[in-house]
Amino acid sequence: MATLNLTLKIWRQDGPHKAGRIETYDAHGIPDDASFLEMLDIVNERIIEQGGEPVHFDHDCREGICGACSLTINGIPHGPEGAVTTCQLHMRKFNDGDTIWVEPFRAKAFPVLRDLVVDRTAFDRIIQAGGFISVRTGSAQDANNLPIAKDDADASFSAAACIGCGACVAACKNASAMLFVSAKAAHLNLLPQGQPEKTRRVLGMVQQMDAEGFGNCTNQYECEAVCPKEISAGFISKLNRDYALAAAKETLT
Amino acid sequence: MKKSCCCPSVCALWNTSIGKKIIVAVTGILLVGFLIGHASGNLLLFLGQEALNSYAEFLHHMVHGVGIWIARVGILLAFVLHLVATVQLTVANRAARPLEYEKPATVQASRSSRIMIWSGFTILAFVIYHLLHYTVKIQANLANLPPDAEGRFDVYSMVIIGFSSWPATIFYLIAVSLLCSHLSHGIASIFQTLGLRTKRNAGLIQMVGRTLAFLIWAAFVVVPLSVISGLVHLPAAS
Ligand code: FES
Repeated sequence: MATLNLTLKIWRQDGPHKAGRIETYDAHGIPDDASFLEMLDIVNERIIEQGGEPVHFDHDCREGICGACSLTINGIPHGPEGAVTTCQLHMRKFNDGDTIWVEPFRAKAFPVLRDLVVDRTAFDRIIQAGGFISVRTGSAQDANNLPIAKDDADASFSAAACIGCGACVAACKNASAMLFVSAKAAHLNLLPQGQPEKTRRVLGMVQQMDAEGFGNCTNQYECEAVCPKEISAGFISKLNRDYALAAAKETLT
Repeated sequence: MKKSCCCPSVCALWNTSIGKKIIVAVTGILLVGFLIGHASGNLLLFLGQEALNSYAEFLHHMVHGVGIWIARVGILLAFVLHLVATVQLTVANRAARPLEYEKPATVQASRSSRIMIWSGFTILAFVIYHLLHYTVKIQANLANLPPDAEGRFDVYSMVIIGFSSWPATIFYLIAVSLLCSHLSHGIASIFQTLGLRTKRNAGLIQMVGRTLAFLIWAAFVVVPLSVISGLVHLPAAS
């Protein structure tokens, strides 16, 4: 097993309203089959042994499905590999002697809580503003009694793959949340179950997105390039279309 | 929403991110349309003095002379809306990330897409200069240009005299090149913002945007280059 000797430049910030700074850490003897988070675990163990405060970062499932892990690695959310989350990024993608910059996801709407941990509850509030369907529970209908075209089901599923990690916001030059919002809206707007509340959903989610202080999409598709679930920016186009229709509908009715 | 709003739905459009972008896209279509018309009109220079001057005469007398003013006001309105909306969006975008990355990186955003506001401001400066130059005619020898043989305003000679100086030509070339950069991102963006771009047609839309931007660039630059190289020259003194 090969090991790597790395230099880490990590953003340290003691609290939400404290000034932050970049600190340099020596990370030697890192096994190349460690994940990026395991590498940070090793570094943290060493910091704790020396009586220091470990680097705070978000994580949960560590298998790329929960969206808890974040980190902007060398300027790219979830690191350079593409289509993976930080927890799935392996150290073998780096070279011995590399200097790696580790920063939190940067956006006004994602305030830093501590070190690399940011508050992403703005996403929850966007979902609460329309990213749901209202159904009567208790009496499940027959399976397959709602015909759904295969293409629509597939498209909806690929939008639903969004794990809400926020990498799209972190990568966007304007800290725009359009990829997230468009995926969450399209996931429901493409299905029959999503139709009754479609207009309200689109207007509500976009309004909340604006209120949270996210930027405006300038069609550069950095979001699409870093998304660990490869959500297509085509959904942003769909959201723009759905928004125009919803706004027209609201004006005319 | 502002209290003074005359039309609530238009204000609602103006006050949301997507709505404002739709306004940018729609005014963008009008401006691209104008550019295509303007560039094709310019090419009449190569058909000679008669063709260009009679075309200019026609523009000035459309709908008994009212047409040109309708067009001017429409284009000005589109231009101002496009400018104000994009400046406001850019200000909001900067505010959305108060602290930049210590080590920034770009994965796939094109250079053109990243300098839109600066290419846009250069175009604004150029348009003001260009209007003073050829519409208001601050250059004395353009303002006092004698009419052509038919007694019409001599646009043909105006263009040739105007582009006979290197500084005017160089500024023109720089501005038109930045315009091309602006369009290479802008035209494709129109489709995305209006919800017409899909995964399937994305490549085609990008190609159409860049090709159209290049054609507009070529049609514009060929005029001053032909003048300064002497390919097109003033008619023999009559
Ligand atoms: S920790 Fe769950 S996706 Fe990375």
